[in-house]
Amino acid sequence: MSRPARLALLALGVLLAFALALIAGKVWVPLWGLAAGDPRGVIMMELRLPRALLALTVGAGLGLSGAALQGYTRNPLADPAILGISALAALGAVGAIFLGFGLSIGVVAACAMAGAALAVLLLAALAGRSASAVAFVLAGTVLSSLAGALIALLITLSPNPFATSEIMSWLMGALTDRGWLELEIAAPLVAAGSALLLTQARALDALTLGEAVARSLGVDLRRLQGVLALALALIVGGSVAVTGIVGFVGLIVPHLLRPLFGAEPSRLLLPSALGGALLVLVADSLVRLVPGAGELRLGVAMALIGAPFFFMLLARYRREIV
Amino acid sequence: MLAVERLGVTIGSAALLDGVDAAIAPGRVTAIVGPNGAGKSTLLACLAGLRTPDRGQALLDGQPLASLGATARARRIGYLPQDAPLHWNIAVRALIALGRFPHGDARSDLGRLAIDRALTKLDLHPFADRLAATLSGGERARAMLARVLAGEPDWILADEPLAALDIAHRYALMAHLRAVAARGVGVLLVAHDIALAAAYADDALLLHGGRLVAAGPVTDVLTPDRLGPVFGVAFEQVQTATGPMLVSLSDSR
Repeated sequence: MSRPARLALLALGVLLAFALALIAGKVWVPLWGLAAGDPRGVIMMELRLPRALLALTVGAGLGLSGAALQGYTRNPLADPAILGISALAALGAVGAIFLGFGLSIGVVAACAMAGAALAVLLLAALAGRSASAVAFVLAGTVLSSLAGALIALLITLSPNPFATSEIMSWLMGALTDRGWLELEIAAPLVAAGSALLLTQARALDALTLGEAVARSLGVDLRRLQGVLALALALIVGGSVAVTGIVGFVGLIVPHLLRPLFGAEPSRLLLPSALGGALLVLVADSLVRLVPGAGELRLGVAMALIGAPFFFMLLARYRREIV
Repeated sequence: MLAVERLGVTIGSAALLDGVDAAIAPGRVTAIVGPNGAGKSTLLACLAGLRTPDRGQALLDGQPLASLGATARARRIGYLPQDAPLHWNIAVRALIALGRFPHGDARSDLGRLAIDRALTKLDLHPFADRLAATLSGGERARAMLARVLAGEPDWILADEPLAALDIAHRYALMAHLRAVAARGVGVLLVAHDIALAAAYADDALLLHGGRLVAAGPVTDVLTPDRLGPVFGVAFEQVQTATGPMLVSLSDSR
């Protein structure tokens, strides 16, 4: 099957998953034939549609980020979380909730983006002049640990049980009760970041033969690093701000698609965006279908699907990765 | 003409290169020879734009290399490192297409033609759709050289391209480099195998302790008299059926 045919098939999958996200839930809503005034119409337009669009946006952004990061670090285990950008964005949002702004999405979002931006600045400072992928990943690991510790500290110090539960619930990551407002915040950020990432596709390819060859081919590694950092701050900051931490998307999707679309980083970017959207749409539909009154948290569900799956991949590709 | 003027590179208090003046001619194979730590790879890295010299400068046709943009430099100077990593298992054709990066046309007709020419020159057409990780060492070395050739540079800088190859593949790769030079490309390579350099290169630069000891045709530079003091090993020229050959004697005492 040719590459355009595979891409078209993947896009069709996203379309089907989007339809599923609109109809599936505690209340099943048909896609057409609703009478005017049917309350299910409100469910569709005010709850399901913005939530599905948000799943599409966040999933595409995270899938794309994962593919770009794996290309940049030349490490199939890289992911936005590894660079610490997710963790610092989360720290920003948790800080806002801690200070009592839990009900004000605008403040939480602004703080998450500030956290992501700070992560980018700290990464640049920690990674230093070397611009090497290893230094970048190590700096990210330091940031992740630090952010994790500070989040734990904020939870411990949290002024009241309400704030504690808000923080815990937000940290688990979900699309529950997200509406048009959250979409308006996330979509432009993710779109701008994605457009920036796509401009670096060929430079990522050049890194296949290592940094020396890439530089000899005319790649400006520091510029590449700067553009990637900015793009990731927009995508990951924008996503984490509205959904909390939804892991494993950026890690798993490129892995799954590599056998189908080849290992060249540039050829994996667009498929990973589609694959990420597909994965998050399906996962978010499934979490609504668990029996009982509530729903499973998306972040928890992704980890439940993702961790064993990733473990399986590791076992299969062990020889190639090492 | 590719040249360096009073080139100096220091790390801390150690001088890796010190006042090196040299010029490399197009259409010839020039070997950089010298013991470990002589500054061979550093010289190559300065010419490839991978390292900024602390003193002096590299010149391309009389113009400072540093004044050329990275892309303009990359179009004219190809760099073949010692055993480059292959981080993703991509197809051989995609690997070779990376050579078109400075031209930005790997997926256009012009770029595809250049990639096909590179495949042809190194007899890689049967391997074009294979994954690069499935190639043998010798095939991979050819693919890496084809990657450089696909960029159709005027100059090729190769850092110890023979290191991981057995003797038959060394001869084959040197023959390929000679063929490239015969078409007008200037080839500069770091060579540890002095006998091979003497047999296949036109010119040689002899480096020792960051300084240029001798430069010129291999018959003048790679002689037992010059090599002996630099390497601390005795060399001897022996006559063989195919011509003179340089051999080192394991014990000079």
